[in-house]
Amino acid sequence: MAVATTAAPAQAEDRELLISGSEAVAEALTLADIDVVTAYPIRPYDTVMQAIAKKIANGELVAEYIVAEGEHSQFEIVKHASTVGARVFCGSSGVGWAYAMECLVVTPPLRVPMVCLVGNRALDDPGAFGVEHNDALFVRDLGWMLVWIDSSQEALDTTLIAYRVAEDRRVFLPIAISADGAFLTHSQALTLVPPKAKVDRFLPRYDRGDLLLHPDNPITVAPQANEDWVMEIRRQNDEAMKRAVTVIEEAYADFRRIFGRGPENPWFEEYMTEDADVILVGMGTISLSIKVAIRNLRAQGKKVGLIRLRWFRPFPTERLVEALGRAKAIGVIDRDYSFGSPFYAGVVANEIRAAMYNAERRPPLLSFISGLGGREVMLEDVYKATELCYNAARSGRSDARTHWLGVRE
Amino acid sequence: MAALTVEIVYRGIFQKNLAARIARGIVLSSRKAGRWGIAFGRYGDSPQRNGIPAKDFAIVADSKEELEQNMARYEPKEADVTIALDDTLAKGVESWAWYGLQPINKLTVPNGTLLMTSLQSFDELLKDIHRKDAPYTLALIRQKASFSGLWVYREDHTEARVLGALARLVPAFLPLDAVCQAIQEAEWGSELKVASARKAYDRVETRLVTPGEGNPETPYRFELPRWWEMREGIAIPAIPIGKPKEGGKGYVPERNPYFKKFTTRTMRPVIDFDKCVKCNLCWISCPDSCFDVMPDGTFDANMEACCGCGVCEAVCPVEHCITMVNEAVFDDNASQWEMWRRDKAAYRRWLEEKIGDKRATVRSHGFRFRGQYEEELKADLDIGGVEITAGIPGENAAHKTR
Repeated sequence: MAVATTAAPAQAEDRELLISGSEAVAEALTLADIDVVTAYPIRPYDTVMQAIAKKIANGELVAEYIVAEGEHSQFEIVKHASTVGARVFCGSSGVGWAYAMECLVVTPPLRVPMVCLVGNRALDDPGAFGVEHNDALFVRDLGWMLVWIDSSQEALDTTLIAYRVAEDRRVFLPIAISADGAFLTHSQALTLVPPKAKVDRFLPRYDRGDLLLHPDNPITVAPQANEDWVMEIRRQNDEAMKRAVTVIEEAYADFRRIFGRGPENPWFEEYMTEDADVILVGMGTISLSIKVAIRNLRAQGKKVGLIRLRWFRPFPTERLVEALGRAKAIGVIDRDYSFGSPFYAGVVANEIRAAMYNAERRPPLLSFISGLGGREVMLEDVYKATELCYNAARSGRSDARTHWLGVRE
Repeated sequence: MAALTVEIVYRGIFQKNLAARIARGIVLSSRKAGRWGIAFGRYGDSPQRNGIPAKDFAIVADSKEELEQNMARYEPKEADVTIALDDTLAKGVESWAWYGLQPINKLTVPNGTLLMTSLQSFDELLKDIHRKDAPYTLALIRQKASFSGLWVYREDHTEARVLGALARLVPAFLPLDAVCQAIQEAEWGSELKVASARKAYDRVETRLVTPGEGNPETPYRFELPRWWEMREGIAIPAIPIGKPKEGGKGYVPERNPYFKKFTTRTMRPVIDFDKCVKCNLCWISCPDSCFDVMPDGTFDANMEACCGCGVCEAVCPVEHCITMVNEAVFDDNASQWEMWRRDKAAYRRWLEEKIGDKRATVRSHGFRFRGQYEEELKADLDIGGVEITAGIPGENAAHKTR
């Protein structure tokens, strides 16, 4: 059985640290030698902000650390810094990310390869701190690359990969790395930190080329333009996102070659899917309880597997359709909502439904919503989802509705 | 023909409300004749810049279905009637929306009509209006351009005159009775305005323009780049640094190679190079960097870049050194300085002729002193115009009339 998450043995030069996902990101930022970082506190993103501040205070990282007066300025500042050639980092959570929306919108068309961390947090109201994915999903249509992670190690590795991908001249698009609030941002795990020399081999300097704002390269950026120009500009963004597919695959291949770890399939993790009748799909740390449940279900003879989606943008349509087509039923567990959407489902479920529409093999797909606002996804929730999926597998039909798991009813 | 498309070409902002009123008046008039209609502005012209040519449209049709075919667009592909509210637009239309130089009659259909407000003769206008390979009618309302200040509407009955003229030109769609009824009942209507419309109906002058008649120049045009030809990141290369004029002296800046300002101005500066004290003020103040520095240190206004704002005239410290002159009296965009260098006596004759033509020279974007409006109204009345009401846009003028 394929278990893609097996940790590679520590390389001799690697240091093993007990750190949170946020601290792991800060380690990666230090290795990537970022130039400008902006900060404005909001939980749970503030943990990474604090970790970077500590790195700078300790002299481990030399970077401009700018405390903005709000998220809107926070994202504007790094956008401008990036256009003059700085490697930048930023981040936020929940409604803080929403407050930056105007800047988030303009970042992809200006082709700013910003990397930021979204500490996923429920949107207000109510003012909850726990994880929901709706915040990062705000920008899913706008040219942001979106990736979800589920461990401190993946946080560190993905941050390095994100700079490599975003700053590739073929791409030049921003990346938001999503880390589930609390489960990843606030819990510490043993994490391998590679030496700087290896990172230097993997990550070239950021070269903005002919788009650099500099007196030696006089250009105007972000003029007003009308209907004669907008479609061409959007089409350029579309092409950059398409090119990102190749660039992401190259980056992961290089990462494995240089660091001796990392997945062969950048797009999603497959856990016990080879012979699975039922494949569950989710993003982020929801994978942890699902994996435990799967092991228990397997002990009862139920062939269940998990696909944990990493990259949501660009969406790995072909590979995912191929992998899911092998199952007899698919159950997508969303940690988000899309009120009034088809089947009143979550975003991931409907995205996969759309991806599967032209597939030759199209197993029944059930949609679930769970773990909202940071509520723990219980093993019982996964068992229930699995049971419903088995029913659909037997009948060959989806029940065409969305099940809320773990809600009091 | 069961639908009528009318375009109204005007100077951005100064004639914005005038154009909108004409478009509304066309629709409301045709409604009185039982038709349906829509009025809209070319969205790409917004936000309007001072004097930049812009367009409004009115489309009327026998049925809602026919009307629908003409809706949901920025700009119709052809117009049965083109209205130009300023005769300097005879030189063409370079809109804010990057279409190159569009001849004023470009959308006018074969056997259609181009209606202008102008004091120029037909032949003078046809020196500027580009050739067309189909016949059309050139119609004139004898008045100067109705210019107001920013956003202000000038209550000089131009809208009523245009509607009256249209009743003569396209009576099938806009019968005179319907036009008069619409004017009378509209929010800005009055008996005096109806009288103005009837006068224009009687007085509008027409002349058939035959194929090939008109300005033979090929209008300036360019191809918009394809998406993969454009630099990414919405980045535009800066205009490069300029070069000396000649022999290492003077300075000619590089300019936007696509957006020329051949038709954005209603006036242009005429420069008396013998009076120039080389103080630089025009060069510094020009918002469009239109001045080229000549080898002798004087300044030549480059007509590719001048938008006719008049700042140079206002800042020039020497009396009669820079004079703004009505654009309509010029037939080309040639360098004044080169003309002056070639033959100073000939240049002086040319300059005095241009400046001396008072009728052509007096021109205003709005008003330059308190009371100018009242003076102009009186002057209009003295030469046979109608008395002006005190109507205010959006308010009922009738009960304000004394």
